[in-house]
Amino acid sequence: MVFKNIICPVCGGSCDDIQVELKDGKIDVQNACKMGNAKFQEVVSHHRILKPTIRENGKVKDVSWDEALEMAADILVNSKRPLFFLGSETSCEAQEVGLHMAEYLGGLADSNATICHGPTVMGIQESGMVGATAGQAKNRADMIVYWGVNALESMPRHMSKYGVFPRGYWTKRGRFDRTMVTVDPRVTPTAVASDLHLQLNPNSDYELLSALFTILNGREPHPSVEEITGIPISVMKQTVEMMKESNYVSIYVGLGVSSSYGKHRNIEIALNFVKEMNNYTKCNIGALRGHCNVAGFNQIASYLYGYPFGLDFGKGYPRYNPGEYTTVDVLREKDVDAAFVMSADLVNHIPADSAKYLAEIPMICLDIAPCPSTTAADVVLPGVIDAMECDGTFYRLDNVPVYFEPFTDSPFPETKSNEDTLKQLFAKIKAKKEA
Amino acid sequence: MADVILKPIGNFDLTVEAEDITPDNFAGKSADEIRKILIWQAPAQFPISDFFTVEGNGGSSAEDTTIIVDGNVPRVKRIGEKMTAGKIVIKGSAGMHVGSAMTGGEIIVEGDAESWAGMEMKGGSIHIKGNAKDHIGCAYRGSWKGMSGGRITIEGNAVNQIGGGLIGGEIIINGNVENFCGIRISGGLIVVKGNAFRTVGAEMTGGTIVVGGCIERFNPGFEMTAIESDLKFNDIECPGEYKKFAGDYAIPQKGKGILYVSCDNNECL
Repeated sequence: MVFKNIICPVCGGSCDDIQVELKDGKIDVQNACKMGNAKFQEVVSHHRILKPTIRENGKVKDVSWDEALEMAADILVNSKRPLFFLGSETSCEAQEVGLHMAEYLGGLADSNATICHGPTVMGIQESGMVGATAGQAKNRADMIVYWGVNALESMPRHMSKYGVFPRGYWTKRGRFDRTMVTVDPRVTPTAVASDLHLQLNPNSDYELLSALFTILNGREPHPSVEEITGIPISVMKQTVEMMKESNYVSIYVGLGVSSSYGKHRNIEIALNFVKEMNNYTKCNIGALRGHCNVAGFNQIASYLYGYPFGLDFGKGYPRYNPGEYTTVDVLREKDVDAAFVMSADLVNHIPADSAKYLAEIPMICLDIAPCPSTTAADVVLPGVIDAMECDGTFYRLDNVPVYFEPFTDSPFPETKSNEDTLKQLFAKIKAKKEA
Repeated sequence: MADVILKPIGNFDLTVEAEDITPDNFAGKSADEIRKILIWQAPAQFPISDFFTVEGNGGSSAEDTTIIVDGNVPRVKRIGEKMTAGKIVIKGSAGMHVGSAMTGGEIIVEGDAESWAGMEMKGGSIHIKGNAKDHIGCAYRGSWKGMSGGRITIEGNAVNQIGGGLIGGEIIINGNVENFCGIRISGGLIVVKGNAFRTVGAEMTGGTIVVGGCIERFNPGFEMTAIESDLKFNDIECPGEYKKFAGDYAIPQKGKGILYVSCDNNECL
């Protein structure tokens, strides 16, 4: 049977037009990009984790679901301060249960934003954001700026679905109605495809934005900025003029802005610049989020507990201070004594010191395939693939919630979804804690 | 003056939050009562005696009470938070948030201080004899108003975002700073006697910053207005010639912030 309009669970683009056919242990995928296709192949992959395992006296052995959940609950209940890393490759519903568990146990809850677009979220908190949905930008924007992002390779369908090529209501000629600018220290395929490439020096985003802002305010930037950024002031002036003369400017930022030196300060001044640009023309800004539901954790954590990531429940109420309660920092400072890692290969993505400590402490890992995190874990719970085997909600890159439905069932009779697994674990934790 | 001596004995496997270690809280209490004061470690509270030996009774009031922490306590956060009077001497390194939101009294850190020392402090003084990390005298996350009064002196170096959102008070750093020193300040004074790496005074709308060393990457939104020599701010003296800049014109304000940069060390500006 052919299933249409399936949501792709890979990047923040959350493409909603995937067509799949599951037949004879094979899957045929239409419309998805290379990354999307690879992820859909997981559903029939031979390296899928299919049995829960625990590590006993240094040796890994297969156990029943109940034994694995028991041991996981024991680890978390006996921990003084557990870290819940609620990864972004699963539904908001599963993340919500994880957040409640962290609150119940007085631990910490964090998600992929902490090592990804966290500074963007912090910048938004400092400055506020002029945002727009992807559809609005598609129909209206006649100038696109990719800043610190290589969209062609990191979100392959962004340019064709929302950004540059699609024919919008007021951009009927597609690419021909749009001016495309890329700001990147590297000559990426995105930069090659653009009309203007500002090849700035690495880690000089703040200075460039500050100079553009100074020009927008009618002042002359200090001449030293040419050497710092590697961009002539005349080109900066031309860029500001191009923006002012456009009908609608849409700026997409990537980790090149939020994770180069300056971090959330880069984002903050970009957001302020966009606000000011709205005195001249319509201008919005958005982040190209990496994972399918990385925006979702920020959304639900904000509406449940008031803060987007890096939450500490140590005192019974949520507290937030990136650098103090965030994953990399608490692991580096050895300030947690157990970890629950869901749908994210954390060991592989954090600095070596933090990863080393994470491997030393008791760790529970819920994932679909073997990875360094599952290798270092004491309990491994098999994951259910969201958008393929269960329903739920993702938040797209523009913070629009997308409800997804499955085209097949969970391969495990013991659990229907990651949310279900977490609920079973939470019930065991409550029983142990209250006993 | 009554001295209470706290000697760390361990159990710092997880960091401790000790906002109750203040002269205000110790005043009028005997050593026995102080031992029983509860401080936080993760989601549980434990008596001070689990972490420190306590000698000496508190004074009759906060002004009369001196707390001496006799050792390194980099994993004890929030010492002296919200204190109003009295004195704390830390004979080693201090953890995060030392003296944050304090309104009076004196804190001396003989070693290094972690991030967030003197966050949003309103009065009193903090003297750090070693180095300090980030966000000294800064605003809390999401707030635009940092330290509003008092003085922070750092003998060594500090790192990033020193005095962010400063609206009053003074920060004096004898060593170097790195990025975003004095970001978004609207009042107060920051004196850096050493070098700064980049973005000094970014988005400032008021206040004064003096850099005695070299700024490696100057912020583009500043315009030079004059050259002045031998600056003096009450008891703080900055000898030599300084280029005076106004800014930050990157944000739509009138450029009321003043940035002094040493002439000798910044010939290219």
